[in-house]
Amino acid sequence: MTLENIKSEMEANVPGCVLEIVGNPSPSGQHSLRIDPAHAVAIATFLRDAEHLRFDYCSNVTGIDWPGKEISEKVKAKKLVDGAEQEVEEIRKTQTIGHLEVVYHLYSMEKKHGPVILRMRTEDRAEGVHLPSLTHVWRSADFQEREIFDLYGVIFDGHPDLRRILMWDGFQDHPMRKDYVEPDDYEYEPTAHDQVLERARQHRTVMGAQ
Amino acid sequence: MIAATEPVRILSKSPTDDGEGQFLEVSMGPQHPSTHGVFRMDVVLDGERIVKLKPVFGYLHRNHEKIAENETYLGSMPYTDRLDYFCSLTNNWAYALAVEKLAGIQVPERAEYIRIITAELTRFQNHAALIGFLTQDMGASGTPLMYAFRERETILDLFESLTGARMMCNYMRFGGCRVDLPAGWLDHAKQFAATLPRFLDEFERLLATNEILMARTQGVGVLSKEFAVNAGVTGPILRASGVNYDLRKVDKYGIYDRFAFKIPLGEHGDTYDRYMVRLLEMRESLNILNQALKDIPDGPIVDPKTKIRGFKPKPGEAYGRIEAPKGELGFYLISDGTPNPYRYRVRSSCMMNLTVLEELCIGRNVADVVVILGSIDIVMGEVDR
Repeated sequence: MTLENIKSEMEANVPGCVLEIVGNPSPSGQHSLRIDPAHAVAIATFLRDAEHLRFDYCSNVTGIDWPGKEISEKVKAKKLVDGAEQEVEEIRKTQTIGHLEVVYHLYSMEKKHGPVILRMRTEDRAEGVHLPSLTHVWRSADFQEREIFDLYGVIFDGHPDLRRILMWDGFQDHPMRKDYVEPDDYEYEPTAHDQVLERARQHRTVMGAQ
Repeated sequence: MIAATEPVRILSKSPTDDGEGQFLEVSMGPQHPSTHGVFRMDVVLDGERIVKLKPVFGYLHRNHEKIAENETYLGSMPYTDRLDYFCSLTNNWAYALAVEKLAGIQVPERAEYIRIITAELTRFQNHAALIGFLTQDMGASGTPLMYAFRERETILDLFESLTGARMMCNYMRFGGCRVDLPAGWLDHAKQFAATLPRFLDEFERLLATNEILMARTQGVGVLSKEFAVNAGVTGPILRASGVNYDLRKVDKYGIYDRFAFKIPLGEHGDTYDRYMVRLLEMRESLNILNQALKDIPDGPIVDPKTKIRGFKPKPGEAYGRIEAPKGELGFYLISDGTPNPYRYRVRSSCMMNLTVLEELCIGRNVADVVVILGSIDIVMGEVDR
């Protein structure tokens, strides 16, 4: 079963979905499929439940950061030089926005085939970082999506328990992003001491102890 | 959750069906000896019964993936030893396999054999030690663990004479292995393998039909087939639930298709099956080991054309995975043509197996958590990365 077949089947079964095959030039030959976030859950459910596909096992969920790049290109422009209009070459710089990407590696334990690789992109890296969660399709995405939220800052809509997982709760930034800068010191680390002491105080009052 | 105005009781009156009892929050770990490292479970208890359990980890997080992005491809190899420090050789292999897929490197036959020999020895010592720890957690103080460690010592000695290190082996290279087997190593390994059937019989006889072990493990922490697949559980735990999925058979990476071996499967998916599947897997590992030790050919151990220093794969990506002793260990690499990987991701088998802990524990007693966690087989170095 080639990726093209899977793609055309998905287009037939999930109306309105936008798919694009992303080629992989390396010898591994693992090409992937870029899906649109709006139809992600429908696509995932189809891949999991279709009789002959049965991708029942989501092995790996990865976050990738693609920061915006500065693209410089040479353009010819007309300019006034010493009072006369001349054509000069100048370098024009444009800034791309960049995006975060999430990659799902799917296999089938029942049919023993795979991988099918799905990719999804966020709109940008600042505000539009929302993607649908596939946790309800594959439970194995649960903790891995939490990890991507923690380390990359992708917000998975519909995730049942989106909290930080590897960094502590009070941590601010997303350390796996390419532009992350380490703070000067890690002295501050929040602890729940005050809450625990408060709870202990209440406990003593109720129990009538000292 | 404890309401702030309600009194906290150590023991609730009785577990009620409508969940109206008094709940107690207990933080098990991160320094609890049964958690095998720095791992915490936020447990909500109704008396002795577990109502809720949230695994909390990250205490050993050092952002291995970020470090690797700033390292060369070869420079990450020693770091992979520190993921699952019980099984450094299989970690090396998983990483080497992913890089070989990414750059299209061929591995000479002798190196493939050495990889299989070292990987099966690793699997053997991992399972033996795990069973030792599991029974130790149950109260079989010392004896099974010491039996397992006696054999493990010999295996680590073999690793030391081959790689120079007992645990942090740093042995595999892209396209082969670092050094050839020293003189006499194969004979040592063969002699050692000849003693293992006796050890396995002894180890099995020691506990497999023990009444206490059966009472503590049978029917405890049952993991259903469908849920195990959906939750991405792999390795012996998955097979104990009766799913026939072993990457040595499915992917046939390396040269595993040349060896005859069986995949032990469990029936009930409980802790006893997980224990038993590992015992049986040790026999199959020994089986593979004997075949590999007999058939290993002479030849180069690394493809001479492979460029190890200044290694720069062409842009692209690859996901390579192997059947590590604890489950599927995968590496996902993206190259942008520079000497450092653009993205380096570890798909940790321990972490994925740990995610089902809550489902296994709910409704059981606190004492069972220790046993269930022991049967999952985690190493925090790989969970937290």
